[in-house]
Amino acid sequence: MPQHLLAIDDLGPDGIAEVLRVTDSFVEVGHRANPKVPALRGRTVATLFFEDSTRTRVSFETAAKRLSADVLSFAAGSSSVKKGESLRDTVETIEAMGIDAIIIRHSSSGAPTQVARWVDDTAVVNAGDGWHEHPTQALLDLYTVRQALAEAADGGTGDDGDDGTRAFKGLQVVIVGDIRHSRVARSQVAAYAALGAEVTLVAPRTLLPPSLEGWPVASVSHDLDRELVDADVVSLLRVQSERGSGEFVPSLREYTAGFGLTARRAAALKPGALILHPGPMVRGVEIASEVADLPAARITGQVSNGVAVRMAVLFLLLAQGPGEGSLHE
Amino acid sequence: MAERERSHTRPRGALFVPRAQVMSASDVQRAVTRMAHEIDERNRGLEQLVLVGLQTGGVPIARRLGTTLEEVGGTAIPVGSLDVAFYRDDIGLRPVLPEAVTDITFDLTGATVVLVDDVLFTGRTIRAALNALSEYGRAQAVQLAVMVDRGHRELPIRPDYVGKNLPTRRDEMVDVTDDGVMLGDVVNR
Repeated sequence: MPQHLLAIDDLGPDGIAEVLRVTDSFVEVGHRANPKVPALRGRTVATLFFEDSTRTRVSFETAAKRLSADVLSFAAGSSSVKKGESLRDTVETIEAMGIDAIIIRHSSSGAPTQVARWVDDTAVVNAGDGWHEHPTQALLDLYTVRQALAEAADGGTGDDGDDGTRAFKGLQVVIVGDIRHSRVARSQVAAYAALGAEVTLVAPRTLLPPSLEGWPVASVSHDLDRELVDADVVSLLRVQSERGSGEFVPSLREYTAGFGLTARRAAALKPGALILHPGPMVRGVEIASEVADLPAARITGQVSNGVAVRMAVLFLLLAQGPGEGSLHE
Repeated sequence: MAERERSHTRPRGALFVPRAQVMSASDVQRAVTRMAHEIDERNRGLEQLVLVGLQTGGVPIARRLGTTLEEVGGTAIPVGSLDVAFYRDDIGLRPVLPEAVTDITFDLTGATVVLVDDVLFTGRTIRAALNALSEYGRAQAVQLAVMVDRGHRELPIRPDYVGKNLPTRRDEMVDVTDDGVMLGDVVNR
């Protein structure tokens, strides 16, 4: 495990598989009457959010608390950043307090990477930076898919040395929506590709990034109806009005007509295909309300898995101690 | 040291080199049979008895004990497995990872739990297991069965049922498998 989690590529296929495997244990913890373990007792985790977020911050804070870590919640709006303190000074102040991990969200792509250069021993976790990456979201998507595939295969993981990632080989994943402005899409593409899935991006031309050079995608399409037929996983992205993606489509109704997962389109999916959405979803735009409530839609599962995945990430970053294990005792 | 601990603590590139076989496969089976009878005798029957094997080395031994106890008492004994990684006291001092997912599907409240492990060494794994176990209910009593007690305890913990007492040096390693029990060394490659 690297010191930081800034992007999916920091993990590689083995690191991703490790996170998913450890997440299994935390899902079990989540099912107990007391879903808390003492693993990170005495450690302190700070959430440093320079951009509004409820679900991601709450998910990380829940994860840290269930690991018995202390949590400092630091919202940019109410901090000394407002008084003009630079990001570097803020981070160095936090580090000087002896914080073990900083979970950062920032509207500027690369801000977590910059923060990671400034800290010495503190672990930095990217909770979303600009249009760059949101790695824990992609990991929880993968976990949700792996869980659904294992259920479909009647739990057949583990005994034959398969950690549940083999099923991703050749899996047809269709990512639909505002790819251009989406950090989630970048992390998803990297994560699915690392495990050998074939990713197809579907979006209007205006919502694709100017260049897809270096993106490990199998294909790009503008015809959702054609791509849905073979899809094993359909991953929807929100039309991010606050990032101006509304300006890139003539109207939300026209977007829905071409790229929304309507009830008619959902009916064309093959049996067993999964529908994912990172939330918050806008019912009636990228996903029809009745589709969001289908059994194929794993959106609520994604949220509960999110806590377990983030527990696994924090545990792996903070609990591993010196890399070169010596014979203990 | 238990198989479970070894995979965590082995320095990169180190190797377990077996030196002597201390129990054969049939010795292990005889020890399981004897311990099953001891469990039956001590508890005056198998009412409310459950077995919990520690991941990963204790789990196969717990299953074998369960099978033998069923032959002895005529009733099926619930067998679960417990991973103690999140309860260890050396988290952050060395790499600690869960080996497998805990699988206890029965409520332990009021039960007599026999914890089962392959090797008892410092006692720290058992300390962690006692804490982890309490998440699944308040057991009436907890007893401890181990295939090998190799000494060097660092905590006031003693086993109730022992397959074999095996004096060892601290730097040696004990490996319990289906083929028997090996004593050996860790060698850096």
